[in-house]
Amino acid sequence: MKKITVLDLLQLDLKENEALNLKCIAGRAGLARELKVPEINRPGLELSGFYENFAFQRIQIFGRGETAYLWKLEREGKRDTLEMFFASEVPCCVFTHQQQPTGDLLALAEGSGCPVLQTDLSSSEFTTRVIRVLSNIFAPKQSVHAVLVEVFGIGVLLMGDSGVGKSEAALALVERNHRLVADDLVEIRRVGGNILMGTGTGVSSHHMEIRGLGIINITHLFGVGAIRDKKQIQVAVKLEEWDPAKSYDRIGAEENFIEILGVRVPHLVIPVKPGRNIPILIETAAMNERLKKMGYYSAKEFSRNVMKWLETESARAIFLDET
Amino acid sequence: MTQRLVTIKNRAGIHARPAALLVQTAGRFAAKVFLEKDGERVNGKSIMGIITLAATYNTAIRIIAEGVDEKEAVDALARLFENKFEED
Repeated sequence: MKKITVLDLLQLDLKENEALNLKCIAGRAGLARELKVPEINRPGLELSGFYENFAFQRIQIFGRGETAYLWKLEREGKRDTLEMFFASEVPCCVFTHQQQPTGDLLALAEGSGCPVLQTDLSSSEFTTRVIRVLSNIFAPKQSVHAVLVEVFGIGVLLMGDSGVGKSEAALALVERNHRLVADDLVEIRRVGGNILMGTGTGVSSHHMEIRGLGIINITHLFGVGAIRDKKQIQVAVKLEEWDPAKSYDRIGAEENFIEILGVRVPHLVIPVKPGRNIPILIETAAMNERLKKMGYYSAKEFSRNVMKWLETESARAIFLDET
Repeated sequence: MTQRLVTIKNRAGIHARPAALLVQTAGRFAAKVFLEKDGERVNGKSIMGIITLAATYNTAIRIIAEGVDEKEAVDALARLFENKFEED
């Protein structure tokens, strides 16, 4: 995995309830320090001189309490605990509530090359956000050659060999008012234990390559309503060339799954051949998936009804035989 | 044309799973395949058609095939009935 530095954290493009509002106020030389764990520490104990089990590799957060204590130390002219603090390679210090660090701390941070950051968020808000952001960055991830679309609110990952028509199917879905998340390369992260979050990879995500047309920009052609930045993957659909020798699922009473990053995802194989309207099949699959989530499983329900019906037919037959 | 009379030996009768099995087997042959119960004839390559027969335990079904590989088709389908559709 690529190293995550403090500078990366500052440069993340985060919006709304994920924004960290960080700025660097000292120790710029240390911006290349690496963040090794997605965790934080409130250094109250350390400032008062207790350094056993100091989690120095974590982001150090100075809230109102810690900052007030720093100012008390400054007034009393005590620097020894702070010197010990900066003797460890701390990735960075963050002052919440836009608080001003003491002169001693700034000098020691500059001296040891430890970045000092400031945010206007409260300590608890900053803590929840930074942990969320870092866990996403540190989450297990995988890139797949596929297209991710949102269809009726369901995240559908379209897989299949090159040239089978993944992009064309996605284009038709966008044209039918669904949304494109990523074309060609989908980056999947496992977040919160078992949620697979799919995103595009930077500049190329909302563009599509369609054979015969070249590269098209979906946002410009269909508007911002036609795109999404990320979406949970809830169904995986594999498109493949119709193979007459292969038997395809005709009832759908058995659920198939594939594993992505250790998470089971419902999996459908849709054979492609002229005359099959793939986008409509994908739409139907997405709606069927929604029904399943609501507890209504069409194929199983049908199967049960047939069984019930056959039972009444048998009963009738016995009755008719006896009379 | 080849035909053969078989009886349903699995307790549950022809429900969704056996129907799918029949259709998949019939689909492997070029011959036209029909199933007949009490004079009611359905296409042996259509799941919905076969289920509509409401073919219960002990019902007699006539398998009819027409085409180049009709004998093989009837044999293969009759074998499914014989094996109780791998049930019970």
